[in-house]
Amino acid sequence: MTRLSEKELRIAVLAIVGFAAVATIPLFDDGYYLSLSVNIALYAVLCTAWTLFSGPTHYISLATAAFFGIGTYTVGLGIDVLPFPVLLVIAAIASGLLAGLVGVATLRLSGVYFVIFTLGLAELVRQVVTWLQTNFTNGVGLYVFTDMGEKHIFWMLLALAAVVYVTGWLINRSRLGFAMRIIGNDELVARHVGIDVARAKVILFVVSGAFIGVTGAILAPRFAYVEPPSAFNPVISFQVVIMALLGGTGRLWAPLLGVIPFTILFDQISSRFPNHTSLLIGVAFMAIVYFLPRGVSGLIEDLRKVRGDFGSAAKAKEAVR
Amino acid sequence: MDILITGTVLGGTYALIALGLTLQYGVARIMNLANGENLVLACFCAFWLYSTASINPVLGIVLIAPGAFVLNWLIYDFAMKPLVNRAKNRGQLEVDSILATFGLMFIMQGVMLLVFGGGYYSYNFLSEPVQILGENYGLNRIVALIAAAVIALGLYVFLYRTRYGTAIRAVSVNPSSASLVAINVERASAFAFALGGALTAAAGALLSTFYTFNSSMGVIFTMKALIIVIMGGVGDVRGAVLAALLLGLTETAVASLIDPGLTLAATYTLFILVLLFRPQGIFGRQEA
Repeated sequence: MTRLSEKELRIAVLAIVGFAAVATIPLFDDGYYLSLSVNIALYAVLCTAWTLFSGPTHYISLATAAFFGIGTYTVGLGIDVLPFPVLLVIAAIASGLLAGLVGVATLRLSGVYFVIFTLGLAELVRQVVTWLQTNFTNGVGLYVFTDMGEKHIFWMLLALAAVVYVTGWLINRSRLGFAMRIIGNDELVARHVGIDVARAKVILFVVSGAFIGVTGAILAPRFAYVEPPSAFNPVISFQVVIMALLGGTGRLWAPLLGVIPFTILFDQISSRFPNHTSLLIGVAFMAIVYFLPRGVSGLIEDLRKVRGDFGSAAKAKEAVR
Repeated sequence: MDILITGTVLGGTYALIALGLTLQYGVARIMNLANGENLVLACFCAFWLYSTASINPVLGIVLIAPGAFVLNWLIYDFAMKPLVNRAKNRGQLEVDSILATFGLMFIMQGVMLLVFGGGYYSYNFLSEPVQILGENYGLNRIVALIAAAVIALGLYVFLYRTRYGTAIRAVSVNPSSASLVAINVERASAFAFALGGALTAAAGALLSTFYTFNSSMGVIFTMKALIIVIMGGVGDVRGAVLAALLLGLTETAVASLIDPGLTLAATYTLFILVLLFRPQGIFGRQEA
């Protein structure tokens, strides 16, 4: 691995300072703002993990709720038996496995098959879990009692976010990341230069799914009572897609630009007009597709480019004079 | 025997929804994920017509299907055409249309939730029993099945025996070649999209006579219809009907023999088998 360039070092220092500053939030507030921060951190991790796979491949994954629910359920089932960190590892392995199976079945084919398959995946897992629980255990719900509060969840999410960002950065530098960029630009070219396209996609999907599973596991203590309909809530999948697309999927940090405004907006709408949330999701989808096809980060880049063009044009004029 | 008849009735309704979707996706190249909401909307319309004006739901199709035709034509014209014109290739149109119809799905669902609430609806129509081979079945189910068969047959005749139907099939094979032989591809796409919506709405009206429906169940039907379309092969009418019947029978068998909570697992098992062994569909040909 090559040494870090000066620019990368600067970004790293900035990121560490930023993380440290955000990590102090629980010291100032442990009510509304902390819980809002937990939501933002939650969706930041989910969307970034989602973008790891869906950004370069342009495959829209709606499996988030399935992986998330598996993570939550792992903790629900094992909290009395195993220590929490072990459960996090199991959650990662379990959802990674599911991602691998889904990937092997669908990622060799075109994107539509994948979307359709993931559309019902959360519902499928929910049915199977419910069936297993009603037939082989006593009762459907599970209690998760821990001494972890909101602030512990927040710190764990921050740590996970750091891991996701570093992983994403490492992937971008690796052969896999290079391969993904080629696949994203032109799959045919990628095939012709000898990239195993399906394998690269499956690996990335597994990584992304595993992170989402861990997120679900971390969130389990917040729910306290875990049952299939709440753990495998399909709305999460759609929210993640909207936020990530709103931010943009071209850069590692881009989803954050969508997560912060949308989480706040969604929080406001769902507390004031609880019956209008699906309308909001619908309108947001339409607005993004028609007006912001490359997300906020794409918009910023376009603006920069326009300004850059003006700047260079002005310079050229000066030179002529 | 019970499984056979109930499964066929369910499969018949699935077939209509899937035919609607396969027209929209195969010809207009729009993966319409809001199609299930279209279906639910038709359920509510049939319910409303029956309970306020006591119009027979089967005859109500005469009102509902043209309504859905117009609605879907407008949707195509206003919402989908900009995406079609913008897309550089088929892949991009697919992604864009999936996202846009997600939006549409949530908007329709949201509006229906506001108007009708989240409760379950059903009404009594022809619920007297009829005897077939010594067992009792609801007359409404049998009527629905016959109506579905008539509609599907009508579609088949239209697509394979008329001039415009042939033109639509030509667009589904290759839009750019179709325009070379003087077919107005844009209009044929819009027509196919609208016709697909009308078929789905007809399915909804029939479904509402024997099925308990609510505002948020559309997505499950969309998903099943999509799976049927993939199983039958995109744009293939015979394949879609066969796959729909297969799915209806499998679901009913699993629900009555194993557990009603596992119908989706049965659907997915079928789906995975198709993806692994015949991803081009039951009757589909291998793509070059």
